[in-house]
Amino acid sequence: MDFDLTDEQRMLAESVNRLVADAYGDFEHRKGYRAEARGFADANWKALAEMGLLGLPFAEEDGGFGGGPVETMLVMEAFGRGLVLEPFLPTVVLAGGLLRRAGSAAQRAEILPGVVEGSTVLAFAHQERQARHDLHDLATTAKRDGEAWVLDGAKGVVLAGDSADRIIVSARTSGARRDREGISLFLLDPATPGVTRRGYATQDGLRAAELVLEGVRVPADALLGAEGQALPLIELVVDEANAALCAEALGAMEVLRDLTVDYLKQRQQFGQPIGNFQALQHRAADMLVATEQARSMAMYAAMMVQSGDAAARRTALSAAKALVAKLADQLGKDAIQLHGGIAMTEEYKAGHYFKRLTMIGTLFGDVDHHLRVVVAAGGLPEAV
Amino acid sequence: MELRYTPEEIAFRDDLRTFFKTQIPAEIRRKVSEGRKLSREDIVTTQRVLHAHGMATPNWPVEWGGKDWSPVQRYIFSEEIQACAVPQPLSFNVNMVGPVIATFGSQAQKERFLPKTATLDIWWAQGFSEPGAGSDLASLKTTAKLEGDEYVVNGQKTWTTLGQYADWIFCLVRTDPAAKKQQGISFLLIDMKTPGITIRPIITIDGGHEVNEVFFDDVRVPAENLVGQVNKGWDYAKFLLSNERIGIARIGLTKERLARVKRLAQETPAGEGMVWDDPDFRRRLAWSEIELKALEITQMRVVAAQRSKASDKPDPSSSILKIKGSEIQQQATQLLVDVAGPYAMPRPDREEEGLNLPSVGPEWADAAAPLFFNYRKVSIYGGSNEIQRNIIAKAFLGL
Repeated sequence: MDFDLTDEQRMLAESVNRLVADAYGDFEHRKGYRAEARGFADANWKALAEMGLLGLPFAEEDGGFGGGPVETMLVMEAFGRGLVLEPFLPTVVLAGGLLRRAGSAAQRAEILPGVVEGSTVLAFAHQERQARHDLHDLATTAKRDGEAWVLDGAKGVVLAGDSADRIIVSARTSGARRDREGISLFLLDPATPGVTRRGYATQDGLRAAELVLEGVRVPADALLGAEGQALPLIELVVDEANAALCAEALGAMEVLRDLTVDYLKQRQQFGQPIGNFQALQHRAADMLVATEQARSMAMYAAMMVQSGDAAARRTALSAAKALVAKLADQLGKDAIQLHGGIAMTEEYKAGHYFKRLTMIGTLFGDVDHHLRVVVAAGGLPEAV
Repeated sequence: MELRYTPEEIAFRDDLRTFFKTQIPAEIRRKVSEGRKLSREDIVTTQRVLHAHGMATPNWPVEWGGKDWSPVQRYIFSEEIQACAVPQPLSFNVNMVGPVIATFGSQAQKERFLPKTATLDIWWAQGFSEPGAGSDLASLKTTAKLEGDEYVVNGQKTWTTLGQYADWIFCLVRTDPAAKKQQGISFLLIDMKTPGITIRPIITIDGGHEVNEVFFDDVRVPAENLVGQVNKGWDYAKFLLSNERIGIARIGLTKERLARVKRLAQETPAGEGMVWDDPDFRRRLAWSEIELKALEITQMRVVAAQRSKASDKPDPSSSILKIKGSEIQQQATQLLVDVAGPYAMPRPDREEEGLNLPSVGPEWADAAAPLFFNYRKVSIYGGSNEIQRNIIAKAFLGL
C-alpha cells in the first residue's frame, strides 16, 4: 500500500499545472480558444506536444513515454482545473489507447508520430443512438467486398469528431446488434467518400460530431486488431477514459469548491460576509467532504484500471464513476446555489465548471448505468 | 501509487487474522458480528487474550507495552480486528486515558495505573459530558476545589458509557471558576468507590443499558490524582480525542456488517425469490459499498500521509472520517432492518425487565432493530456531525 507519487510523477504534475495555469489562468482566454477553427487552441495543442503529453501513454518505441493511469490521472486533474479544451481524451486516451494496443507496427508507425508531435487529432466513433451506454450494442456494419471493407451506419457524439484527422470506427463484422462477439475496429480517413460529418459545439464548450457512413470503402489494412474481437479492448479503453474523467472531475470540483468558499468570504449581505452563516458553512463543509471522497475514488479508478481481472476492473471503474458523478452533481449544484445570481451568468466561471461536471456525468455511462453494473456484479471486488 | 498491500503487509495481516480467529472465543465474535450486547466478561476476556499476546495496547509507548509498528501496520491491526468481529480493546482505557497518562502523567501515575489499565484490572469510564455540556463541552460545571491535599468534587457527568462496570473514571473538572471557559479545566482520576459517587442507569431507545449518569457529592480525591498540570486539562482532552483518528470511521466493522447483510439477504425469502433479488435493495446496498470504498481509501491516504510526513499538522480528515463513517455505519444497520422485514418487529429480549425469551423469527433478526436504533448515536457522539462541519468550515475553509 503506497499513495506516494514518484519524483517524476510530481514533476509531471507540476509542469502540467503550470502549463494549464499559463494558458487558462485568465478565463477570458478560453473564449478565444473556443473561437478558433477546431474549437481549441492550436498553440496549446503544440505546447502539450512539446511537453511530451501527447505521447504520454505510448511505448518508447512509438515515440512515447510509457506513462500509466497514474500519469493520466495527474494530467486530467490539471485539465479539469483549467477546463482545458484540447482533445487529449479522444486523441490520446481513447483512440490512442486502442491504437497502441491493437495497432500493427505499420499502423502505429503511420499514425502515432503525428499524434506525439501534435499534428494529428484522433477520435473514436463508437457511440450509437440506440445503444445509449451499452458498449456491446452496435448496429454499424462492416462487410467484406474483395480486399476492402464497406462500412454502413451512424455514430453519435463523437468527441473531437469534427476536427479529427483520423477516426477509429467500431463496426460489426458478424453477429446481431447486441452480441458481444463480432465487433471490429477500423481506421478511417474522414475524407473517404460516403462519410458525412456534422460537427457541433457541446454544452460544456467542447466539440463533437455526428458521423454517417454510407457505403464507405476502406482498405483491408484499415482493420485494427483481430476481426470480431474488439469488445474487450473497447471496454478497457472506455474504463481508462472513465478513470481519466474521474480525475478531470476532481480537478474541476476542487476549483469550484475553492471559488465558492472565496465567494462566501467576500460577498457581503446583512452587513457581513455570507460565509458567517452556518447554513452556508455546512454546505461548504460538505463540498470539502465531497472532493476528498472524489479524490479517493479517482485514485481507486487509476489503480483498478490496471487490474488484470477484467470483471473486477469493470465493476471498480463503474463504482468510481458512479460515485464521482454523483458527488460532482451535488457539488456543482451547491456551488451555483451558494454563489446565488452571479453563478447564473455566462460571464462567471462557476457555471462553466458546473456544465462540464454535468456532461462528465453522462459521458461513457451515467450514474444509473454504472450503478446497474455494480449491482449486476453483486457488489464491489475485493482489492487485496 | 499502489493500493494493494506488499507481501510483508499481507503476511502481517494474515498472522493477525489467524490469531484473532483462533484465540478469541467464537461466541464473542459472533455477538460482535450480530451487533449484540457484550457482557463485561466478554470484553475483559478479549482484552486479556490480546494482552497476553502483546496486542492490547499497540499504540502506547513501547516501554509501556506498545508496539513499534508502522502507521500501515497500525492501520491493518485496526481494520483486521474489526473485520474479524473481535471486540476492540476498551477505548476508554486503551485510546483515551492510557495515552494521556503515558504522555502527561507522573512516573508514579504511570507505574500505578498503566499496567492495570492495559489488562483491564482497572476499567475506566469517561467523565466528560454533562447535562449542560454536550457539543459545548468546555461549558462544563463540575467543580474540584483544592482543600489541603485533596480535591473536593461536586457536579454531574452523563452519557457515561459502561460506567456500571467502571472501577475508575477520568474526569474533566473545573479547578478555576474565574478563568475563561477552556482555561480553568483539569484532568482528574477518580476511584468509583469513593464515598459521594452515585451512578444511575440511562436506558436508551434500543432498550439497552449502555450509558449512565454519575453524580459527585463532596467527593474527596487525593490531589496526586490530577494528571499533568492544573488547569491544562483541556489540552489533554484534545490530545485524547485526536488519538481516535484512525479507526473512528470503523470501516472494517462496516465492511463485515455489509458482507453479513448481503449473506442474509441471499438467504431471506421475499415473495418469489429472496430479498437479494430486489434491485432496489441491491442498489442501496451497492451505494453503501461504494461510499465505504471511497472512505476506506480516504482513510488509507491519511495513514500513508502519516508515514511520509513526520509533521502532524491538523487536517480535515478526522472530521471527514467521522461524518462519512457514521453515515455509512448507520446505513448498514438500516439495511439489516430491511432484510429482517416483519421479523424486525418482535422483541423477546427485554433487558430492563430481566427477560430473555426465545426468538420469534430468525435469531439474528431480534438484534437488527435495536442496533439500528442504537446506532443513531454514532452521528451524535465524539463531536456531532454538525460540530464536525463547523470544524471543517472554520479550521480548514477559513469561514
